[in-house]
Amino acid sequence: MSDRVAIVGVGWSGFRPKTPDLSYKELMYEAAVRAYADAGVDPRRDVDSFVTVAEDFIEGTSIFDEYVPDQLGAALKPVHTITGDGLHGLATGVMLIRSGIARVVVVEGHSKASNLLTPDTILAYAQDPVLNRPLRLNTHFVAGMEMHRYLYESGTTREQCAAVVVKNRRNALRNPLAAYGADLSLEEVLFGPPLAWPLGKRETAATTDGAIVMVLAAEEVARALRQDPIWIRGIGWCNDSPSLESREWGNLPYIQEAAQMAYQQAGLRDPWNEVDVAEIDDTYAYKELQTLEALGFCGYGEAGSLLESGAFDLDGELPVNPSGGSLGVGHMLDATGLMRTLEAVFQLRGEAGAHQVEGAEVALVQSWRGVPTTSGAVAILSN
Amino acid sequence: MTVRFKQFPGVSLSEEDFRQGKVLYQMDELKAEYAWDSGIAIGAYLAGLKRGVILGVRCSHCRKVVVPPRTVCEWCFRPMEEYVELPDTGTVNTFSLCYITWDMRRISEPEIPAVIHLDGTSELGPSSVIMGGILHKLGEVDPKEVHIGMRVQAVWKPAAERTGAITDILYFKPIR
Ligand SMILES: [Zn+2]
Repeated sequence: MSDRVAIVGVGWSGFRPKTPDLSYKELMYEAAVRAYADAGVDPRRDVDSFVTVAEDFIEGTSIFDEYVPDQLGAALKPVHTITGDGLHGLATGVMLIRSGIARVVVVEGHSKASNLLTPDTILAYAQDPVLNRPLRLNTHFVAGMEMHRYLYESGTTREQCAAVVVKNRRNALRNPLAAYGADLSLEEVLFGPPLAWPLGKRETAATTDGAIVMVLAAEEVARALRQDPIWIRGIGWCNDSPSLESREWGNLPYIQEAAQMAYQQAGLRDPWNEVDVAEIDDTYAYKELQTLEALGFCGYGEAGSLLESGAFDLDGELPVNPSGGSLGVGHMLDATGLMRTLEAVFQLRGEAGAHQVEGAEVALVQSWRGVPTTSGAVAILSN
Repeated sequence: MTVRFKQFPGVSLSEEDFRQGKVLYQMDELKAEYAWDSGIAIGAYLAGLKRGVILGVRCSHCRKVVVPPRTVCEWCFRPMEEYVELPDTGTVNTFSLCYITWDMRRISEPEIPAVIHLDGTSELGPSSVIMGGILHKLGEVDPKEVHIGMRVQAVWKPAAERTGAITDILYFKPIR
């Protein structure tokens, strides 16, 4: 049996700041139908196992697994929910197939962020209840502190961080799925309202609703289903110590580790020369630069000036977030990793339209679970 | 290992210690508010309840009629679009006599949650999956007289008081 796992179908729905016409189940159903048609599979007949990523506090329903099967065609089939990012779900799908338990696996992630009326107080529940939460600080402070230490240690400037926003939201103008396309000036970003200084509000991704469904298959099945499967060459994930008191604020060691895990599986030695396109975390603008360095695309403190030189533009040496990223598409909570993977699949199939990166053959996808976590994952895909 | 200890170190805590603040504890109230979009199917169902009507939906593929409505048949994964108005009568499929309330108080007169297999929905299959079940409570009935197979009918809130919620039906009562 081959160890290779491919993405053979993708589907999406929503990708709008609000989706009042559909329930989350209907949003999932729409994405699922699209993914199954794309893959040419019947979920009732062909799919062996289903994985959803969701966080109960976000859903407002505990034991969320219960509410998943019907709209995915998974009733009376193996189903489970992972409290993690979409890339953790994808990794689980890969493991199900490589372990021989399943040959075809469906992975789903969704965001109904517009249904959360108190997102910040819900997010506060991710803080340590005894040591941190009693201080009653809005959790975005964690990003403010991380950005501050990163700028201090790396020499990266606020202007360079703001330039990430300008780039990504301009890329989003070319992506019909992106909700937040805009042609902003550097000054508009820099002198926008503050959020958690030095972090500005315009450097923080706004949320959007949507669902993404992916069909994964073992190599023999993948080759029978389609001419152009997208291979998952490597996938890694890692968590650092969660402590806000003693973490390494200027660096992202957990992203370095997750990347090494994925690179080793993919046999990737030189990311700068081997990767054609990257979809990586930009929940907060500085994060894109800090992450590029952690992924080994350049040395520490070098990403900012590379960005200014145009290296990460759509027509640059390494296009980063051609979709518009979370800043341009909108942040999709735990579906974010799948949102980025969806873009990578479009790029590798040559279906990205106006934001297509010419001749993309290898894509890197990376995701982070957001403040206050140190939880991240990295995947390498190829056509 | 603990069998070797005759006396554990430390002091046991009493309710009084908490009251007097001798114990460090964090009091927190979760502020988590959601506004779930009801969507096409459940939206139609709730609007129906407000009109005093129970809506079901028929699967174009397997012809099953189910309640509450949904946009996809979970058994054949085909879209469901054909809405039907159902009678508010049915048969008790299963029930329980519940001697504890929602917020954990003991009660001597039980609440009676029941699944009612609505008339006009699909028959029980060999696997005894009921396709047209509505979960509600029974009322105007002696708990000793409730039985599986009992015929019941919905008791509605007055039209002016209905809000488009499952509680627009107060309970189901026996058909005598
Ligand atoms: Zn059906």
